[in-house]
Amino acid sequence: MSAHASTVDPKKAELWDIHHHSHDVISTRTLGYFLYLLSDGMLFATLFAAYGVLSYQHSYFGGPTPAEFVKPWYTFGQTIALFLSVLAYGFGMNALKHKSKSGLINGMLAAFVLGVIFLVLDIHDMSHLYSMGITLASSGGMSAFMVLTQVHATHIFFGLIWILVMIAQVMTKGFTEETVGRLLTLRMFWHLQAVIWVFVYIFVYLWGYIS
Amino acid sequence: MLVDLPGGWSPLLGRLAWSQIPYANPILAPLFVAVVIGAIIILGLITYYGKWTYLWKEWLTTVDHKKLGVMYIIIGLVMLFRGFIDGLMIRTQQVWAVGPHSSGVFGSLHGYLTPFHFGQVYSAHGLIMILLAATPLLVGFMNIIVPIQVGARDMAYPYLNALGLWITAAAAALIMISLFVGDFAHNGWFEYAPIFELQYSPGVGVDYWMWTLQLVALGTTLGGINILATIIKMRAPGMTWGKLPIFVWTSLAANVIALTSFPALQVALGLVAADRYLGAHFFTAGMGGNLMLYTNLFWIWGHPEVYFVILPAFGMMSEIFPTFSEKPLFGYITMVLASMAIAGVSWLVWLHHFFTMGAGPFVNTAFSVATMLVGIPTGVKVFNWAFTMYRGRLTFNAAMLWAIGALFLLLVGGFTGMMLAIPAINYMVHNSVFVVAHFHSMLLVIVYAIFGSVLYWFPKVFGFKLDEFWAKTMFWLFSAGTVLVFVPMYMLGFMGMTRRLEYVFDTGWQSYLTVMELGIVVYVFSVLAFFILLYVSVRDHAKNRVGADAWGTSRSLEWMTHSPVPFYNFAVLPHINERDELAWRRQHGIDQVRPEHYEDIHMPNNTGVAIILGGLTFVLGFALTWRIWWLCIVSLLAIILLMIIRSFKGDPGYIITGAELQRMEEEAYRREAQVLDSHHSHPVSGGVVGNAMAYQRNDSSK
Repeated sequence: MSAHASTVDPKKAELWDIHHHSHDVISTRTLGYFLYLLSDGMLFATLFAAYGVLSYQHSYFGGPTPAEFVKPWYTFGQTIALFLSVLAYGFGMNALKHKSKSGLINGMLAAFVLGVIFLVLDIHDMSHLYSMGITLASSGGMSAFMVLTQVHATHIFFGLIWILVMIAQVMTKGFTEETVGRLLTLRMFWHLQAVIWVFVYIFVYLWGYIS
Repeated sequence: MLVDLPGGWSPLLGRLAWSQIPYANPILAPLFVAVVIGAIIILGLITYYGKWTYLWKEWLTTVDHKKLGVMYIIIGLVMLFRGFIDGLMIRTQQVWAVGPHSSGVFGSLHGYLTPFHFGQVYSAHGLIMILLAATPLLVGFMNIIVPIQVGARDMAYPYLNALGLWITAAAAALIMISLFVGDFAHNGWFEYAPIFELQYSPGVGVDYWMWTLQLVALGTTLGGINILATIIKMRAPGMTWGKLPIFVWTSLAANVIALTSFPALQVALGLVAADRYLGAHFFTAGMGGNLMLYTNLFWIWGHPEVYFVILPAFGMMSEIFPTFSEKPLFGYITMVLASMAIAGVSWLVWLHHFFTMGAGPFVNTAFSVATMLVGIPTGVKVFNWAFTMYRGRLTFNAAMLWAIGALFLLLVGGFTGMMLAIPAINYMVHNSVFVVAHFHSMLLVIVYAIFGSVLYWFPKVFGFKLDEFWAKTMFWLFSAGTVLVFVPMYMLGFMGMTRRLEYVFDTGWQSYLTVMELGIVVYVFSVLAFFILLYVSVRDHAKNRVGADAWGTSRSLEWMTHSPVPFYNFAVLPHINERDELAWRRQHGIDQVRPEHYEDIHMPNNTGVAIILGGLTFVLGFALTWRIWWLCIVSLLAIILLMIIRSFKGDPGYIITGAELQRMEEEAYRREAQVLDSHHSHPVSGGVVGNAMAYQRNDSSK
């Protein structure tokens, strides 16, 4: 097993990295951010598991169930807003390839506005439920419903702050290694939140509606 | 706020009040005085010697992975000591409070701890030992060793590394302050639903537990990302995956576990917080909550976490055995596969922590079989270590003794683990001290590997060896303590003694408990031996100085650079040709070859942001625990703002010129030559790559 024969001639071996090789900063950062997003995905996976366990009839304890109040068409509006936001971000990143600062900022602004629309629709929906007396204290099932959807909304909220920060950084600093790296990682973040929203929409809203 | 809070609450101080300070407690009040006096003495000494600037510039704001690693290890050792004192208190209570005629003091009917206080002690013992002793110690070693072993100048993200350390420090501070302000959780380190709900545990203990754990989880996730990215992206040229040292492989496996499993814990704790703070019903006994959901979510993290701490320990053993057997590690490929297999299986076994949940024969059998599967890769590792030592040229120094001790403990813990994996046996000994003895055997594997590593890598970090005599004394005392405490514990488990008894009803167990108390006293002596070891070694450090290759038989990259390691690690990054690069170079007589010229290198700047963020997370955790809402909002906003400001500033880093580098290197070589001359024993020895046999050594040099 340990018969690992030496294949390099020690007399000719290259011992030092003389031809100075440096690590690619942007790819190192995006890899790290990708790893963080994996853990974010695990976070949502766990929340989905909790939602699955707490979505039986008895989990609602005789109180309201999603079937009684979810409005798939209303939430579909949120879906479209978030997807268009991701699309706008994509157009902005396309402008980055052409080194167009204004194109990027326009795309980011559009992504920001659409994200705000998503969040406003969500807050309106939640305050409507609150006015009906449906809160996360209603039952175990409602706790799972509220926490899953609102943890996602919190991610969107912090993403929006980040978009603003990046618009400011691109305006003041232009396209540096740091800002471009952050634009890429923000794009990954924004995209993942849209992907997770697909699962939220299907498992919480559509499934909740038909069950 | 949606929940009815028992007790007082004010907008300014939340639940905090003078009555929360246990100044009347006969154990805590003197301790508090001692801590205050100790702190005043330490701060006074720092001021007297004018070391504040040094401390701030060299340590508190550093982004150097070695210094951060040392600070991780210091936190870990301090918390290990605290956890040990908790263990001493548990043992003393149990040997005292036996039978109805046992005496009681300090307001306790039997023994000296009231049930509520005893509950806090064992809960804090468990949480501290696993998450604030073992985890920081291992993360510290990964921090120091992994970047050097892969031939990098620093971690992939030095600033994030500092942030991870200070968040861990904040968690340690939070659990320590729970001693003197309020209470700690009293229902076990992993808690149970629904007893942690506000109506059953109205105090702040569960909140302290929850936010401490949440902070550790955050810090460890950040650290995990950093180590993974370092291993994937920062390897020196020529270091292919097949040439990675095993410690790096096990660190990789461990951090894959950390990255994927800690989010599950964060969610479990977040849902507890939703229950306690917002009145949600995730884990309540009524209103549609599900009690076992908590237990499942916790152990879905909890079991991978166990392997997160054991895998780096396996890596440490895999570094120590070959060095002191003077042979390459036996079965490198199988070792890699075994590490990855353990990481994979760690996800499939969580239910064995609660077979008695009653999930039914099919589920229990599936998890039983999955648990037994763990024995295969672990067995592979044990045999590999044994074959590494087989016909090797063994040196029984203290580091090697600790590693061998770890191997034996792994056998004891592993076989009892196999017993517990059988649901029929598990139903019999569930919640008994047999289980406690089993997982202490396993966790002691980690402690043994850590002390072995402290001895093994100490000269690399500080430039001198620790004293062999006191290191061995400590080892033998510690091992005697281990036997005396845990052999009777296994026996008591079979006799049916359940865990966490603050009053022992069966007087027939008195003799066993007395032996265990004797064992813990021997442990106390081993702790004293450790302090003497540190004192003697620092006193004699000039005598014990070492060169780059401290042991003369080491194999991996960290031994190619100077001891102590310069802040830039390698002046010129090495080009990797073989798996055990240093052993290969030594064998071919090219280990003293120096680079011909030096180029400019780029290093990151120090930053004070990380420690400030750590301080703010501590404030946030404290404010959340005591429900001081304005302080929560202020500290959270400060954290966000500081992160944004930092992102605008960035870190351009700085350049060390080739000329400067050459000057520093020559200085280091000169110092090293002096050290070796004064010893008159240039370590001439090494190992053979590609041969399982020990090779000829020039013994005249020893």
